[in-house]
Amino acid sequence: MGDPLGMAISHAIASGMGGMRTAGDLVARMQMTRGMKIDDAKSYVADKLDVSVSDLTDPVIMTEVREDLEIGSLTPLPGCAKGIEAKLRLSEVLGIDINCIRRLKDKGLF
Amino acid sequence: MGKIMTRMGSGFPVEMSESQLMEDLSAGTEDAADRGKIPPLSKEELKYLFDLFTSTDRFLSVETGKEIVLSYDAAPLKLMRTAVDVHRIQSLQIYEKLLGADTLELGHVDYSFKPVKPIVSTEQTVLEQSLLVTHPPLFYGAMPNLGLYSQPDGPFPNPSELMPLGKIAAARDAYEKAVEDAVKDIVYVSSAMYESGADGINMDTTGAAGDADFLAALRATEILKQKYPDVCIEVGMAGEFILGLHGELDYNGNRLAGMYVHDQVKMAEKAGVTIFGPVVNMKSTRSCPWNLSRAITFTKACCEVASIPIHVNMGMGVGGVPLTNHPPVDITSRASKAMVEICRLDGL
Repeated sequence: MGDPLGMAISHAIASGMGGMRTAGDLVARMQMTRGMKIDDAKSYVADKLDVSVSDLTDPVIMTEVREDLEIGSLTPLPGCAKGIEAKLRLSEVLGIDINCIRRLKDKGLF
Repeated sequence: MGKIMTRMGSGFPVEMSESQLMEDLSAGTEDAADRGKIPPLSKEELKYLFDLFTSTDRFLSVETGKEIVLSYDAAPLKLMRTAVDVHRIQSLQIYEKLLGADTLELGHVDYSFKPVKPIVSTEQTVLEQSLLVTHPPLFYGAMPNLGLYSQPDGPFPNPSELMPLGKIAAARDAYEKAVEDAVKDIVYVSSAMYESGADGINMDTTGAAGDADFLAALRATEILKQKYPDVCIEVGMAGEFILGLHGELDYNGNRLAGMYVHDQVKMAEKAGVTIFGPVVNMKSTRSCPWNLSRAITFTKACCEVASIPIHVNMGMGVGGVPLTNHPPVDITSRASKAMVEICRLDGL
C-alpha cells in the first residue's frame, strides 16, 4: 500500500540501488539465484562487469557498461538488445541461469 | 533547539521537545526489547535516531555505498489503486524504467493464491508476455490468505465462529484442513508461474491469519524447493508477532504461535526460503520516532541471526512508515535511511 511517490520513489532515492539505471537489477539477481547477502552480491556483480563496487550505483558509468555488454538499458538505441534478448546476454555475463531463458533453451530455440 | 516537527504513526504532524523525542525513542526500543526478549538499541544508535529526527532537512538518504536492493509487493496494483489506467505489463515497465525498481512483481487484483487458481492460465500468459519485454527479475506474488478457506468464503467451518462457542477442537481441526488446501493452492499456482518463467515467488502478508497461515507458507515453500531447487522464494510477513489463532501448530518441533521476527526467520530458513521480509506494524497513536525505534530494534535482531538476505517490509503502516495511503517523504526517507544503516539490510 501507499502511493508510488510516497513509497516506491522515496525508497528508491533514499536507499535504492537504482534498478536498471545502474546495476540494481543485477545485484538483485544474485540475491535471488544464489541467496547472496548484499555485500557479496555487489562484489560478485562488480567482478563480472569488471568495474568497482562503487561504480554499480553510478548511472553514467553503468549506462556505458550496459550498452557495451548489451544487457538492457534505460533508453535503448535502435538495434541494441532489449527484453528477453538482453536477459540472454545477462545470463552469460553473470554466469547464472535465468528461468525464462532456460525455458527457451529447453524448447530448443537456441 | 526549539520544537521538533515530526509525525504520529497515523502520519499527522506533531511537535515534540528534545526530551520528548528522546523519551519516545527510548520507549520504542524498550517496548520491542521487552516483548521480543532482544537487546534494545545502544546509546549510540539512539543518538543516531535523535539526530535523524532533529534534522530539518525534508529528505534524507543513506550514505553513498550503502544502497540496497528493492523488492515490491503487488507493484501493478499500486498503480491500479491510483486509478491510472494502464495494463499490468505497462505497470511493470513503468516500475523498471521510471521508478528505479531493482525487481518486479506481477500480481492479480485479488492478490491471494486461492482466487488465482481457476484463472492461472490467464495469469501465466500475462507473465510470459511480461518476461519478453522486461529486464529486472520478475516475481509472481500473492498471499496465502487462510481466511478465504473458512465459511462462507471457503469450504471449512469458520474458527472465529467455533471459538466463542467453546468448540476449540473443531476450530483447530478447521484450521488444519485449511492449511492442507492452502498448501495445495500455493504449490499449484507457484508451480505454474515458475514453469512459465517467473524468477521468483513472493508469498506476501504471510501470517495474517495467524500460525496456520504461516505454517501453510512454510510447507508450500518446502514442497516448491523440492520440486524446483533453483526457485527463489520470498516470504513477506504480516506482523512482528505470529498470532496463535490455532495455538498448537509447530514447524519441525517449534511452536509457531508467539514467534517474533528473529524466530520467524529461522523457520523460513529451515523451509528453504531465499529472501525473508520481516514486518513490524505501526501503532498510529504513537509517534513516528517511537515506532521507528521499535521497528528497528525488532528488525536488527532478525538481521543479526539471519543467514539469508533480509528485505524488510517498509510499505504504508509497517517498518516505521506511517499508516496513511500517502506517506510523507520526510518520514519515509528517514525510516529508509535508519533501517538500512542500523540493521545492515540486504534490501527492503
